[in-house]
Amino acid sequence: MSKLVIASIGPASSVQDGGRPGAQRYGLVPSGAMDRLALAAANTLVGNEPFTAAVEIGPFGAKFTARGGAVRIALAGAPRIADIAGRAVAPDTSATLADGETLTLGFARGGSFSYLAIEGGIMGEPMFGSLAVNARAGLGSPYPRPLQAGDELQTKAASGAPERRIELPAATDAPIRVVWGPQDDEFADETKKLFVDSEWKISATSDRMGYRLEGPVLKHLHGHNIVSDGTVNGSLQVPGMGQPIVLMPDRGTSGGYPKIATVISADLGRLAQIPAGRGFRFRAVSMAEAQAEARKFAEMLRALPDRLRAVESVDLNIEALHDANVAGHAVNAVDAGTWHAVADVAGPD
Amino acid sequence: MAATLPPPRLLPSGDSAITVEFSRNIDDAANRRVLALDRELAAEPIAGITETVPTYRSLLVHYDPVQIDFEKLGEKILALAQRPVPATTRTRRWRIPVVYGGEHGIDLEDVAKSLGTTPDDIVARHVAGDYRVAMIGFTPGWSYLSGLADFLHMPRRQNPRLLTPAGTISIGGVQTGVQCLAGPSGWHLLGRTAVRTYQLHRDPIFLLEPGDNVTFTPVDAKTFAEQDRAAASGEFIAEQIAS
Repeated sequence: MSKLVIASIGPASSVQDGGRPGAQRYGLVPSGAMDRLALAAANTLVGNEPFTAAVEIGPFGAKFTARGGAVRIALAGAPRIADIAGRAVAPDTSATLADGETLTLGFARGGSFSYLAIEGGIMGEPMFGSLAVNARAGLGSPYPRPLQAGDELQTKAASGAPERRIELPAATDAPIRVVWGPQDDEFADETKKLFVDSEWKISATSDRMGYRLEGPVLKHLHGHNIVSDGTVNGSLQVPGMGQPIVLMPDRGTSGGYPKIATVISADLGRLAQIPAGRGFRFRAVSMAEAQAEARKFAEMLRALPDRLRAVESVDLNIEALHDANVAGHAVNAVDAGTWHAVADVAGPD
Repeated sequence: MAATLPPPRLLPSGDSAITVEFSRNIDDAANRRVLALDRELAAEPIAGITETVPTYRSLLVHYDPVQIDFEKLGEKILALAQRPVPATTRTRRWRIPVVYGGEHGIDLEDVAKSLGTTPDDIVARHVAGDYRVAMIGFTPGWSYLSGLADFLHMPRRQNPRLLTPAGTISIGGVQTGVQCLAGPSGWHLLGRTAVRTYQLHRDPIFLLEPGDNVTFTPVDAKTFAEQDRAAASGEFIAEQIAS
């Protein structure tokens, strides 16, 4: 039996998988990875099922040491400088730690969350079919809370399979697509126009429950209280102060603020990866376009194994790392340092 | 054939969910239609629906857009949603013990004052109520009950509290609620129950279902403490008095 021992890790890091849908009628949100494509890519690299539990690592760095045997891992999502005992590990590739070796990860560059998949998965006790951490509900395994130094992740010994890289679609700064509703009729047409015509930034006071947006104030037509109704990942709710909050995988299952629009499912991971403080825009699309994109996204997830490539040489790894560093927008230390959990002060509606 | 009911509004909630809205307000008839549609969809599942979430005045239907699109699913839902609501449905009824006032219900005195009556009268009125679980939401097991007496309707607090105890029984607006986990709340805290509406490693993990009937019964602090210990080891405490 091998394990990864966490020598150090920043906040906003937890075990996540595909989540636990099915109990939202009881107030239990599914949770799960902020960036499902990155989770699936990391798992595919080490031969796991796409939504196997992995470590979701927030903007800070982390260190993991293999004990009891070799451990094969892969990294996807936000690129960051990574090495195993001095050997560079490129983004979107697998690598193996020999017993006693340490994987060192730097700050996220050009994103917020990276996924560390472990060949054979993480051993734990699933609840509602999932190991995903939902600290508020006391769920998650092996630890029902964010990870901290000293935690141990039990896994299988590395198979010795050849390392792989995965060719993912190029990153894009294209606007985040939304469909209007369910309560866009609570806003005037000029307010809807302001929403899609403006630049937005994600506030540093954002977390896995919600991304608070900074931009123009969106005024309500009939006040900011509606009768509570159900929420989804990507709901753009507009509370009283007029600054929208995008609901993320640890959201409350119901909410009492009008929801002007909803991020399309294919763009949720891309939104999750936008670093705090960087400007971005929204674009409204039709339901037909949103659902066509959802089907394309599902097909891409299904066909991820076709994107695996052999790792030809160490040179290629270094080149990939270099590209990522040049292309990435670095998160500065202040941004990463102010990233913290936000209490949901609204309470039940 | 009975006349069909007016159609609900079908509101898109992104590309993978539809909000089926029966009313814009908290409305008992609308909530009954929500729960009826929820039961219809459980009895006659539509391929592609992954999960349904009843709330006061709408049913959120999650679905997989790879299997069914918005238009097709919307048509099927509309057909079901306009069927007459069955007059009687078998529902479960629970009796939930509550210790009112004092440290367990820190707002009881203020509620009595602002409504111009005594704490005992507030308790009597709250206990006299026959409630229905209109929805469960926000956090696991947080049960929103309809049926609160008009006399007890009160606006929520201006400043929500950041932390209120597990098991809190409170009132807010036209509703009363059974809260399971400690957490923030802007409602008025009347008391606490030892009943866990959500408890891991117990069967069932969730005690209440949307549509269940609930009544409250007062207990003293000593009984609450005993019940709380028993509940911690997995006992229901809530008494099922009819099904």
